[in-house]
Amino acid sequence: MLRKLFKFHGGVKPQTNKERSTTAPIAAVPLPDRLVIPLHQAVGGHPRPLVQPGDRVFKGQRIGGADGNLSSAVHASTSGLVRDVAPAVMPHTSGLTTLSVIIEPDGEDRWGELDKVNYRSTPPDELRDFLRDAGVVGLGGAVFPSYLKLKPGKEGKLKTLVINGAECEPFITCDDMLMRERAGDMLKGILAMRHMLQAEEVLIGIEDNKPQAVAAVQAAIAASGQSGIEAVAIPTRYPAGGAKQLIRVLTGIEVPHGRRSTDFGVQCFNVGTAFSIYEALELGRPLISRLVTVAGNVDAPRNYDVLIGTPMDHLVRLAGPRADTDRYIMGGPMMGVRLPAFDVPVVKATNCILVGSEAMFPAPAPEMPCIRCGECAKACPADLAPFELYWFSRSKNFGKAQEYHLFDCIECGCCSFVCPSHIPLVDYYRFSKSEIWAREREKEAADAARDRFEFKNHRQEREKLEKAEKLAAKAAATREKVAADGATAPAAGSDAAPAAKPAPDAAKRALIEAAMEKARQQKAQAAPRNTEQLSPDVQAEIADIEARREIVAKPAASPLPPQDA
Amino acid sequence: MINSPFVRKAASVQSVMLQVLLALVPGIAAYVWFFGAGILVQIAIASAAALAGEAAMLAIRGKPKAIFLTDLSAVVTAWLIALTFPPIAPWWLTVTGTLLAVVVVKQLYGGLGQNPFNPAMAAFCLMIVAYPALMSQWPAAGQLDFKTQLDLIFGGLRQVDAITGATPLDALRTALRAAANPDSQVHGLRAAQLMDGPAFGFLGGKGSEWIALGYLVGGLWLIQRKIITWHIPFAFCAALLVTAGLLWGVRPDAFASPVFHLASGGAMLGAFFILTDPVSGATTPRGKLLFAAGAAILTYVIRTFGAYPDGIAFATLLMNILVPIIDMKTQAPVFGHKKD
Repeated sequence: MLRKLFKFHGGVKPQTNKERSTTAPIAAVPLPDRLVIPLHQAVGGHPRPLVQPGDRVFKGQRIGGADGNLSSAVHASTSGLVRDVAPAVMPHTSGLTTLSVIIEPDGEDRWGELDKVNYRSTPPDELRDFLRDAGVVGLGGAVFPSYLKLKPGKEGKLKTLVINGAECEPFITCDDMLMRERAGDMLKGILAMRHMLQAEEVLIGIEDNKPQAVAAVQAAIAASGQSGIEAVAIPTRYPAGGAKQLIRVLTGIEVPHGRRSTDFGVQCFNVGTAFSIYEALELGRPLISRLVTVAGNVDAPRNYDVLIGTPMDHLVRLAGPRADTDRYIMGGPMMGVRLPAFDVPVVKATNCILVGSEAMFPAPAPEMPCIRCGECAKACPADLAPFELYWFSRSKNFGKAQEYHLFDCIECGCCSFVCPSHIPLVDYYRFSKSEIWAREREKEAADAARDRFEFKNHRQEREKLEKAEKLAAKAAATREKVAADGATAPAAGSDAAPAAKPAPDAAKRALIEAAMEKARQQKAQAAPRNTEQLSPDVQAEIADIEARREIVAKPAASPLPPQDA
Repeated sequence: MINSPFVRKAASVQSVMLQVLLALVPGIAAYVWFFGAGILVQIAIASAAALAGEAAMLAIRGKPKAIFLTDLSAVVTAWLIALTFPPIAPWWLTVTGTLLAVVVVKQLYGGLGQNPFNPAMAAFCLMIVAYPALMSQWPAAGQLDFKTQLDLIFGGLRQVDAITGATPLDALRTALRAAANPDSQVHGLRAAQLMDGPAFGFLGGKGSEWIALGYLVGGLWLIQRKIITWHIPFAFCAALLVTAGLLWGVRPDAFASPVFHLASGGAMLGAFFILTDPVSGATTPRGKLLFAAGAAILTYVIRTFGAYPDGIAFATLLMNILVPIIDMKTQAPVFGHKKD
């Protein structure tokens, strides 16, 4: 039965360069002298180190614990001695360092105790925790923690589980080789995912330039006797392996930017992720190794099963790098990142080490002005108008860039690939995006500062109010005392005049003090008045005081000469 | 190069422009065949002037010369000027027009990719306003030998009124207006009868209809090479056919047939080579349709009711003005935001 496939707009057909690395089977890699395992290898929170220098670790021992809701554990890839827990250069263009666990292998490669889990009888929440602690993340390159994606949508079930074996990037063949050699085990991982997601159907999308992989997966499905799972050959066109593009091709659904695909009844996982889920659940093995393609400027391009943390040059040496090699690129030529050094470690995101030279990847011809030819728009798989985004980015008109859906750009590189003016278009979008992020962060910081400032003002206001109330109460008490003295004084004796003398003075002084205090308060706070917005209790109290003031005022005023009318 | 992609398609502005030039060759061949080699001289004059003007401006602006002179964009402008100006225009007219196009309309606006107006068409409009007589002298097919053409191009004296006439478009319009006049000799004659004259061929002007066919062939090749898309030529031809068809359908005696409009003047050149200039034209698919349809209607109106021999140039400039808003209002929905 032929399945109806859908098309996505645009796309390009770069030279695939996949043949040479698929001639030999997946190979093992001798243990390196040391492994550098960055703790932060996946999208989300930075895992906490669980080991200290000097600790002995087993293969598969957790050395970094997931931190927070979005985080994933990290494990020792072999048994050995923890030499250090220190920052080390990570495999990223920036050359920045990240906290890493440096392990000296003891050569025994001894596993610790392995916990398996039966996914059919385990509650989904426990399964997800298990996978988080097994460090399973998306191996297609995004390294998003898989346990978070293994939740069905609001309806509690999923229509389609899409498995991504498209592998559209040139040179990379690790998914191809995985499907050829390990389709059966991969399928077991897929079945577990299908169970967790309650998915009705499973579609495994594979570009039609990998007929052997398609055949191997189809054979594995047939052998398993499962129904509702289909391996679908899709047209070879970059970036068919982009999750959104693959979902579009297989189901016709377009998941907009910023929306979850589960809201549309679809979820998508890489084939490598499926295999590592199988390893985690059925063998109890956490994610400590992955398949890596070594290709490009090497004599024998090949796929290797590589321990996470293996220095890249240790691995590349096996494939015979040529003399003029001057760079490693992690990933493919369309979206890969150029690395700052040769000895950076293989991490969970490393699907390919593309060995390069100036001759192999020459610098593009000089950048020319944009002639608005629209080639980029024709090639854009997100249906954007890349040349408009380029103009807006150049002029730093970020508002307009966002209006033209800058953040829908997946940075696939198709526009740069086709541009006859050799404009590094994607770089312009990266620039714009990071500028916008920086501005948003600034704005957030400013907002927070303003909130802090306003709260401080509010606090100071409140403190003033409290102080004023206290003073008012004290003054009232004084007046009361004075009034009491005044009341008793005349009754005390007939020679009232001299005895009463100090009483009006005290009263006068109290009144003056109260008036001055009031004036001070009014000066300190023009608005709001301190008598406004008070609780009923306080208002009642004030009314009480006012009443007493009346009483106090009469006897105090009486000895004074009457005012002229 | 630090950032991906690390591979690129072999494409360049130069190769785009070169293919446009190649696509003009069939039309030029027909031109030479019917009207003589004078047009080649005009092309050479215009190309030299364009490159000289470009080089001077690049030097003044402090831009790299080698890369921008070899991008061939100035040569494309030059060829379009030569092909739209009368083949017997004096050399200084061609040179002035070309320099205006390259220096003022292109370079003063910022050079390649920055000009809001089509340089060749802006030059055409400026020159026809400044030199209406010289810009309206068109020889008939086979009328002038190469030597006469050279004399006319380089010679000072121009006693050509006797031997040159208007373009077929102009001729037919004048005749139709005359036919509508009861006092005229040709009163009552229909367009079809008027077109029996020696200036007319099967569909349009004698000889010039073959040039149009040459442009059509070259233009289709450009579509096949994916240098241009089908939108602009299709919308231009369709809108011109419909507009001309409506009036012709109502009064066939007073208006030229839609096919005549397509085959005459700069219609084919405009549809495939002028309106398709990416820099000054609309860029979205829907925008291109609107842009070209608008240009076709304006062309028809200027041809039929205006005073100029052809309307393509003015129509192009008028639509160039509208390009920003057309593009802005016709942005296609992006991935995930479509309503299908």
